[in-house]
Amino acid sequence: MLRFAATRLVSLGLSLIAASLVIFAVIEVVPGDPAAFMLGLNAEPEAVAALRDELGLNGSRAARYLSWVGGMVTGDFGQSYTYRVPVSQLVLQRLWVSLPLALYALGLSTLIAFPIGLIAASRRGRPADYGIMAATQLGVAVPNFWFAMLLVLVFAVNLRWFSAGGFPGWEAGAFAALKALTLPAVSLALPQASILARVMRSALIETLGQDYIRTARAKGLSRRQAITRHALRNALIPVLTIIGLQFSFLLAGAIIIENVFFLPGLGRLIFQGITQRDLVVVESVVMLLVFAVILVTFLVDLAYAAADPRLRHRR
Amino acid sequence: MRIIRMTAAALALGAGPALAAQDTITLGMQLEPPNLDPTGGAAAAIDEVTYANIFEGLTRFAADGAIIPGLARSWDISEDGLTYTFHLAPGVTFHDGTAMDAGDVKFSLDRARAEDSTNAQKALFAGIADVAVIDPLTVRITLSAPDGGFAFKMAWGDAVIVAPESAETNAAAPVGTGPFKLARWVQGDRIELERHPDYWGAAPALSKATFRFISDPNAAFAAMMAGDVDAFPVFPAPETLEQFKADPRFTVIVGSTEGETVLAMNNKQKPLDDVRVRAAVAHAINRQDIIDGAMFGYGTPIGTHFAPHNPDYIDLTGISAYDPEKSKALLKAAGVSDLTLRMALPPPTYARRGGEIIAAQLREIGITTEITNMEWAQWLEQAFRGKDFDLTIVSHTEPMDIGIYARPDYYFQYDDLGFQALLALLDNTSAPEARSGLLKAAQGKIAMDYVNGYLFQLAKTGVANAKIKGLWENAPTQANDLTGVTWEE
Amino acid sequence: MRWPVQLIIGAILSGLFVLAAAASFLWVPHEVSTLSIADRLKPPSARYLLGTDHFGRDILSMLMVGARTSIAVALVAVGIGVAAGVPLGLAAAARRGSLLDEIIMRGNDLIFAFPSLVIAILITAVFGPSALNAILAIGIFNIPVFARVTRGGALSIWTLDYILAARVAGKNALRISAEHILPNILNLLIVQGTIQFSLGILAEAGLSYVGLGAQPPTPSWGRMLADAQTMIYTAPRLAILPGLAIVGMVLGLNLMGDGLRDALDPRLRRARE
Repeated sequence: MLRFAATRLVSLGLSLIAASLVIFAVIEVVPGDPAAFMLGLNAEPEAVAALRDELGLNGSRAARYLSWVGGMVTGDFGQSYTYRVPVSQLVLQRLWVSLPLALYALGLSTLIAFPIGLIAASRRGRPADYGIMAATQLGVAVPNFWFAMLLVLVFAVNLRWFSAGGFPGWEAGAFAALKALTLPAVSLALPQASILARVMRSALIETLGQDYIRTARAKGLSRRQAITRHALRNALIPVLTIIGLQFSFLLAGAIIIENVFFLPGLGRLIFQGITQRDLVVVESVVMLLVFAVILVTFLVDLAYAAADPRLRHRR
Repeated sequence: MRIIRMTAAALALGAGPALAAQDTITLGMQLEPPNLDPTGGAAAAIDEVTYANIFEGLTRFAADGAIIPGLARSWDISEDGLTYTFHLAPGVTFHDGTAMDAGDVKFSLDRARAEDSTNAQKALFAGIADVAVIDPLTVRITLSAPDGGFAFKMAWGDAVIVAPESAETNAAAPVGTGPFKLARWVQGDRIELERHPDYWGAAPALSKATFRFISDPNAAFAAMMAGDVDAFPVFPAPETLEQFKADPRFTVIVGSTEGETVLAMNNKQKPLDDVRVRAAVAHAINRQDIIDGAMFGYGTPIGTHFAPHNPDYIDLTGISAYDPEKSKALLKAAGVSDLTLRMALPPPTYARRGGEIIAAQLREIGITTEITNMEWAQWLEQAFRGKDFDLTIVSHTEPMDIGIYARPDYYFQYDDLGFQALLALLDNTSAPEARSGLLKAAQGKIAMDYVNGYLFQLAKTGVANAKIKGLWENAPTQANDLTGVTWEE
Repeated sequence: MRWPVQLIIGAILSGLFVLAAAASFLWVPHEVSTLSIADRLKPPSARYLLGTDHFGRDILSMLMVGARTSIAVALVAVGIGVAAGVPLGLAAAARRGSLLDEIIMRGNDLIFAFPSLVIAILITAVFGPSALNAILAIGIFNIPVFARVTRGGALSIWTLDYILAARVAGKNALRISAEHILPNILNLLIVQGTIQFSLGILAEAGLSYVGLGAQPPTPSWGRMLADAQTMIYTAPRLAILPGLAIVGMVLGLNLMGDGLRDALDPRLRRARE
């Protein structure tokens, strides 16, 4: 087990180094000088040069790469060019929007997916199953930003139950904050719930086909009892894997939704960073997200290995 | 009976003066300022938050574009026009409590014109030879040449007065002399200002103002409709204005801006260096279609680079009237066929939509257009600085900026000695009639040379809650002056 | 063999859009490159069956030509995924447990670790927005998907007896992969290809919605949606029709994918009782 963890740890480190090189290289070739952008249309060349110096844009590539990576390791993510505040402060601020939004969406999607996946599996081949399957097909096919547009049209502009977007901040109270996150979370959750429900159904059906369930049924358990007592637990593994994947997707992948609802989240921070050529912010935040995904994958691998010794030697 | 009495009491309470006036406002803006230091950045959004609210200069723009006293209550100009003596208002303090005096004025101006200054409009200060402190409330500025427009230059947001102690940190923590100070900035979302209790002038009616940044036009519309913002002074979706006009909850404020919107042509790029080809492009443009299609009717056609609301403006749209047949003949005469031009389009709606329409119009005369949509940063580097473009669409929002045509290295690269001489003459002329004549000649010259395709003067289209009074109608400079804004009861 | 119902419905649905896209090469009701500002925002009529947009262009024609863009982008992106992913997957399976396998699989994980939309935005920030770069951005993320599917499928076939026989007969790994493995995982690849195709349509819509896909005047569904957003209250059909087109196309492909899986995957067919 320890050897397995050690090799995985080495590969985790190598992945991080590779990722940081890729990100740095891409950022280096992005056209558009941050200093010129900040000073605008009629800026004098000397002013631009002075600002470049101030931002530390004039050093060599290798030196800048090393100082960036070195800073990241010690927790210093640099200073935002545009806002002139530490990147870590911006990230922390945005996490307070993105993290709750991702969790909210994930919670909604799980709450919707579990029961309907269960119903579909236990009523397999009956009208309820077909109906649910058709609905989830539709859910997967709807682009979430289009769904978000329709939600705004109905619930914000026509019914005025929710505001059209923006985030009042947690200091406005948990209720107000959650309310502001509701429409975005719903539009993010719909496709996720559809996917999750389908995975749930097929995982349940697969387990139901296995011998020990057949034995249990032969002992006289009803299909429903077989599902709740035995199949559910075993079907949970693929479902949890999908949930894990979805979480990291939701953390960064909400860019478009954050734009539709003008939420100050991590995704929009990256998007703004790119348009404003605030490249320190972009590279640090992307690196952070990649780190999060790699770390989650590593932990999942470890957990699997701990649960199933065969996995340690397979591969 | 009890119920009735309670209702009556509630009514009386509601009508009482204590609850009457709302004194907070939420304004929508499309772009967030990158920082809050108007002396260190050119982004219009900086001035839109700080101008007259947080920072003040010696002079300032009034809503109608007139130059009125700011921190300087009055000023004298010497006979030879070289010396300006500004008399400062007494009792002015910065938000940190320190006093504002002549030393701060000298510091601010010297800092702006210094060698290593990062002021985006350094040219404003180029004429200053010396700044001298006479006494704490008097400053004498000596110019190297007479400049009738010096008070106008000192009204710009880039010329505001800052304190030496806070100048370096104004970007994130602005300290000015204005009636509002920064309360909170949630980057990427909003900026909150609150009334500065020790303001030297008349206290504003508002106690708190929030600027929210909503870049997406659709989100802007939804936020307005849902009442999340009270006013959107520069509203990004002109197609929705009819909707707002029909709704009694809102007023639509239509005014003028200093923005001449032009189809800029690279005058050094073949075959656009041939005036016949530029004329062909200009005659292919149907201005009304662009104003209708891109701006939904908001905008005034222009035939030269000059604002129609300026008294010296002359209507020269006839010189480049829509005439595709003439365009085809001109192209033929120039010996150009199968022409493909690259069009670089920055993000604003006028550029993106206008570009699509112009591309279709150019196709009618046999010119193919390759459109590339760009972010501002990329546009600045590639088109503006690198001059790597054939056509682009930009609105030039600086006031009185016909002088850019005298700069041969400016991005459209119009290099004409006659025009440069004309402008040099204008700089040295102070008699109003003579100036007016020269300005008119300059307008005619660039129209006849078809330097650019002159499209339309950008309108300022704003939407506000119908109960808000005192927002600027026009935009003599980019600003959201909140000092005179009140809620009607 | 009985064709699954979903396969038929899905094929008809997505076939409709493919047909419309193909037809647009020969004929559209109105040319999409000419604008008629005077006719802007017209409601549906005999002349304009689905009405016109803010430039007076015919919506039906725009949707037909837009289908072309979406399909082309998604299809080429799948092509990139197959062309690079399948050989990688086959190689990894053939040298299972080797350094090569390790590098390929870690490389896959690395690509998976990047938030795809962010990378797509970065790519377009570097090279400028265009249909080509949208293809590239979507295509890159198809590579690990196909590599993984191929490797997984191939591994299970490598253990079969007749492969052992082939090895004993002296065939090398390359020949075995080409002659025995690939034909046997073709089913898997077709199913995955359909799924990635539909994901590609969605991704293209998202990218051009944020302005990073095909550039004007080339019509695309995502940009039609973005353009129509502010007009959703005055002319809702402008925002609803392109959305429905996306949903229809993606739904059709997904149904087809499911149907194909049922029809082609013998393991699953058995499981269907």
